[in-house]
Amino acid sequence: MLKSNTNKQSKPMLSIKTPKSLRAKRALEKRAPKLVELEKKTLILHGTKTSNTLNAVLTEIYHLKKDNSVKYSRRNDNIRPFEAGGETSLEFYSLKTDCSLFVFGSHSKKRPDNLVIGRTYDHHIYDLVEVGVENFKSLSSCSYDKKIAPLIGSKPFFAFIGEGFENVEELKHLKEVLLDLFRGQVVSNLNLAGLDRVYVCTAVGSNKVVFTHCALRLKKSGTVVPKVELVEVGPTMDLVVRRHRLPDESLKKEAMKVAPELIQRKVKNVSKDAIAGKIGKIYVPDQQVRSTPLPFTPKGVKRERREAKAKGDDKHSEKKQKKQKQDDEASA
Amino acid sequence: MTEEHQIDLGNLTAFDPNHRFSSLPDKEDLVKECIAHGTKLIQPVADALFNLPSTQDASGPVVSLPPPSTKLPREKPLPKPKPPTKWEVFAKKKGIQNRKKDKLVYDEQTGKWKRRHGYDRVNDDNDLPIIEAKMTDEPGVDPFAKIRSEKKQRVEKQEKNRLQNLKEAAKVGALPSHVQLAATALPIIETQTAPRKVSKDELQNVAGMAATSTASGGKFDKKLAGEKPPKHDKKYRKFLPVVEGSGMGSLEKQQSDKILSKLMAKNSHEIFNVGKAVDMYNAKSDKKRRNQLGKSSSSTSSKLKVKKSPYKNASKKKPSNKGKSK
Repeated sequence: MLKSNTNKQSKPMLSIKTPKSLRAKRALEKRAPKLVELEKKTLILHGTKTSNTLNAVLTEIYHLKKDNSVKYSRRNDNIRPFEAGGETSLEFYSLKTDCSLFVFGSHSKKRPDNLVIGRTYDHHIYDLVEVGVENFKSLSSCSYDKKIAPLIGSKPFFAFIGEGFENVEELKHLKEVLLDLFRGQVVSNLNLAGLDRVYVCTAVGSNKVVFTHCALRLKKSGTVVPKVELVEVGPTMDLVVRRHRLPDESLKKEAMKVAPELIQRKVKNVSKDAIAGKIGKIYVPDQQVRSTPLPFTPKGVKRERREAKAKGDDKHSEKKQKKQKQDDEASA
Repeated sequence: MTEEHQIDLGNLTAFDPNHRFSSLPDKEDLVKECIAHGTKLIQPVADALFNLPSTQDASGPVVSLPPPSTKLPREKPLPKPKPPTKWEVFAKKKGIQNRKKDKLVYDEQTGKWKRRHGYDRVNDDNDLPIIEAKMTDEPGVDPFAKIRSEKKQRVEKQEKNRLQNLKEAAKVGALPSHVQLAATALPIIETQTAPRKVSKDELQNVAGMAATSTASGGKFDKKLAGEKPPKHDKKYRKFLPVVEGSGMGSLEKQQSDKILSKLMAKNSHEIFNVGKAVDMYNAKSDKKRRNQLGKSSSSTSSKLKVKKSPYKNASKKKPSNKGKSK
């Protein structure tokens, strides 16, 4: 009889697909999630209409972050970050370019010179801040000594001035986003010769921030610490916060998670001494003399038994003889 | 204006949360004041920075920064740890240590150092000139082919195990970043052609077709994010032009003629389709000619002749008498 396998549900066959070239493999590994992350890339693009100031702002932000940002030059009509369906394009671009920060510029009558700065988590929108740009002063308009011009990719200093950054929620959010945008790579070793730029953000009023980019000049002072001098170099603009969207609580919790391997736990009872080196303390608990269960090795019993045998040999043999007599009597 | 500086050294940031502008100065002065205040804030950060223990490098003093204190969100989720493979579990249980193997191995036969893998390797199966027969060998079996097939089996087994390990990892969500598991053809319906991928336009068309089955024609259906409204390429109504151009026959006459003939055709048996009658006549005469030719040239028995269709009147098509009233 033939077996019928019409009702059998076989699982679909799977094949392993790996990249055919090492270059593709390296590109994939660069984009994979890592325990300690590299610097975030930024995507700069604009919407249907832009103004002259906005164009200048976008190009200058691109120049400030030249080595880790991507600038799209075409207009994107279907991107509306604050609307429900209008962010699919943004998420797709973020996935394609592997950028987790974006700066989206647009200009309309209702919102002139509008910048939406946003972050993505796992290529989905995490949070957004919408700011309007006023009083924009470009890179080229400031005159300064070219020798102190900051180089691309140098780690910047930040100064956040104003109580608005602590009290007003929107400004708090903007502070976090600006820090994330211009921070660059998180490094553990820093060369002090390469410090050249400062971003100064001042909270004026409850919704306005004056944002300045300055070059840093270190002057010789008597001590090891040089005297700091700021020279206004780069773009200066007033950012007026219009709208913002904070992340979901659950999403925020997930995004702020730190890998348990990276948390340094305090080791107890270990201390370092300059002379002796690493010292550890060992605490010895009290001995419970009476209540400690001793091991049961009945070694004392052997001698007792031997002595008993020697002594009670008569006693023992007497007993045996008696028993034998009884048995004989019983059988007989 | 009490100065309280909070410093985040890992980010090279200084915060001054207690500053307040009593009166807003002018545009330019505002910027100058901001910069002046910034300088005051940055100085302590630089102090702390330069006082850290530094090592000398070719380009300057290098300082090791502490990790940043302001927490910023990650850009991608944490990677999940890889589950151990079946071999790793077994090796741990048995206490098997992984030993590093050398690239060069000494070959006693030639007395040279040969590589372990690759061209001209140590124990190459293809290089065996003689295979001695054992007592357990069957007479008709080719030992060289046997070695090759065994190796092939081992390789297949290893591939299967590798796939299983990857599937286990994929279940947890810890698939390595450069590997993708793709579904291939189903084993029952294993066809040569790969299943056709439905394109975006086709899906949109199908969605539009499904939408027309609703009472309102899909106009008020809830759309998903990013879904476009259904396309309707054609016009909803056709209007005759107000002014007729030269070279066109009377369009209105044609329109009404079309409607009239459709109405009349259903109920009239006098309307004669000339084209259809001509085609039928031609087909019949062709068939007759073919049969005559066949009869004259054929020498086959009647048994091998093509049987006529058992269904009656299959080829006969008369003008329709459907609507004929008796």
